[in-house]
Amino acid sequence: MKKDLRIGLLFALPWILGFIIFLAYPVLASLYYSFTNFSILREPSYVGADNYAELASDTVFHKALINTLIYAVGAVPLSTVVAIGLAMLLNTKVKGMSYYRTIFFLPSLVPMVALGTLFLWIFNGDYGLLNEGIRAANLEPPNWLGDPAWSKSTLMLISMWGCGQAMVIYLAGLQNVPVSLYEAADLDGAKLGKKIWNVTLPMLSPVILFNVVMGIIGALQVFAVPYVMFPGGAPARSTYFIASYLFDNAFQYQRMGYASAVGWVMFIITLVLTLLALKMSDRHVHYETE
Amino acid sequence: MGKRKQIQTALTHVALILLSVVFALPLLWMLSTSLKPISETLTTPPKWIPTQVMWSNYPDAINYNSKQLGYIPFLVYMRNTVVVTILCIVGSVTSNALVAYSFSRLRWAGRDAFFGLTVATMMIPFPVLMVPTFTLFRYLGWVGSFKPLWVPAFFASAFSIFLLRQFFRTIPMELSEAAKLDGCSEFRIFTDVIVPLAKPALMVVALFTFMGSWNDFLGPLIYLVDQNTFTLALGLSAYQTQHGGTPWNLLMAATLLVILPILIVFFFAQKLFIQGIATSGFK
Repeated sequence: MKKDLRIGLLFALPWILGFIIFLAYPVLASLYYSFTNFSILREPSYVGADNYAELASDTVFHKALINTLIYAVGAVPLSTVVAIGLAMLLNTKVKGMSYYRTIFFLPSLVPMVALGTLFLWIFNGDYGLLNEGIRAANLEPPNWLGDPAWSKSTLMLISMWGCGQAMVIYLAGLQNVPVSLYEAADLDGAKLGKKIWNVTLPMLSPVILFNVVMGIIGALQVFAVPYVMFPGGAPARSTYFIASYLFDNAFQYQRMGYASAVGWVMFIITLVLTLLALKMSDRHVHYETE
Repeated sequence: MGKRKQIQTALTHVALILLSVVFALPLLWMLSTSLKPISETLTTPPKWIPTQVMWSNYPDAINYNSKQLGYIPFLVYMRNTVVVTILCIVGSVTSNALVAYSFSRLRWAGRDAFFGLTVATMMIPFPVLMVPTFTLFRYLGWVGSFKPLWVPAFFASAFSIFLLRQFFRTIPMELSEAAKLDGCSEFRIFTDVIVPLAKPALMVVALFTFMGSWNDFLGPLIYLVDQNTFTLALGLSAYQTQHGGTPWNLLMAATLLVILPILIVFFFAQKLFIQGIATSGFK
């Protein structure tokens, strides 16, 4: 027994150390830092809940928080619907399926910075491909990058373009749905819409839950693409997100204690939303009994 | 019924073709722009095929000399990125394989509880960890070096452990027991029995690590100071800090060069990629 434990721990050692050094310690340290005044130039000094009190009345933080929530509320459902739609189309087993799959999947491989650069060009108000297309249709194109009313939509559209990974997971989920369920629905004379609603979506629900939770966690940390495309959260701070504010506090304003408080608020929001998603799913997610 | 089915199939094809145009267009536009002379990047209506294919944009992008930023050492960025990525892959594959072996094929007290905790840590947003991790690396004097970018890879990660454990569990225990009867130590069983059988899964971890490290932006942004230590992701963001008169053709050529290695790897390992991602969604 004792020998088993020793060997087990020995093999797990890299992770035991990694867990302590790169997870447990930073989480606890950042909790402690969030109650201090702290920068590179000076040791942390305890200030009680001052940082949190300041956050409560910090209008820039509120703006960043609201921006992040709006982005998450827009981007997560949009990518979910698109990813499921694409997966369903691919699951019809049409000819050339692997080519289509590759085309839909490829964009999700593009590095964030490259993605930002590419879309700066596509969404360019004057010469961008997208607005050329809109003008060709005789419509008035929006200023995607310069108008605060559109900047967040730009980021949501970009996130949709990268939904390939979720799509692949949905596709695998769809392929696991027993054919017999569809055959039974056929015998009952069910139409396509009914089959999707009563067979496909319930069977897919655990996978949807997984992707939505991962999507929420990712959306709340959105950073690189806006950082590249919208320096300083321009226009009018409409693309300034929690992660941007945390980064600026930690590495631009030298306020690491305050940044840690921002981080903990972000952590708590992530936890609450994740638990909410799990709770709401209780009634709707169907797990196959083994 | 037959006719209805035909219409359905036709509609599916139309939808797939239209959608693949939408998804492929940005990448094709990048390719087209990267091969244009600068005068043709700003034409209305946009030109898809350049009158003169400018292959020279690629060497020009690599040797780009910006007015505001000076010379951008693209090849140095490339070398830095390759070094960091290789170290990350080596570290991640070895450490995660060992740890996943422990979590799936060894029995020890507290194993499953610790694994549950491990999976739960995937919920922790990276930015929360950023400040203390930075302070730690600063204390070690590693800021400005590559170490903060690759050393953590040698200490495994929750996601890869999870992925490998899924796979290791499917290997019959009888194989380990037979090897044990032959007098093999656990380490020998690991290296001679499990690792050879788990090659596809290890490749998946290597691929994901490659992607993560090649694409990493926040890490280099925080830790790298000197321009000569920049990685591609960070270096690319430097191309467009200048405003007005962006040489879009060169910028798109540089962007394409950053993406290219990923595309090449993807085309060689497409099946592994797809399978790896698909399994990540299932418990």
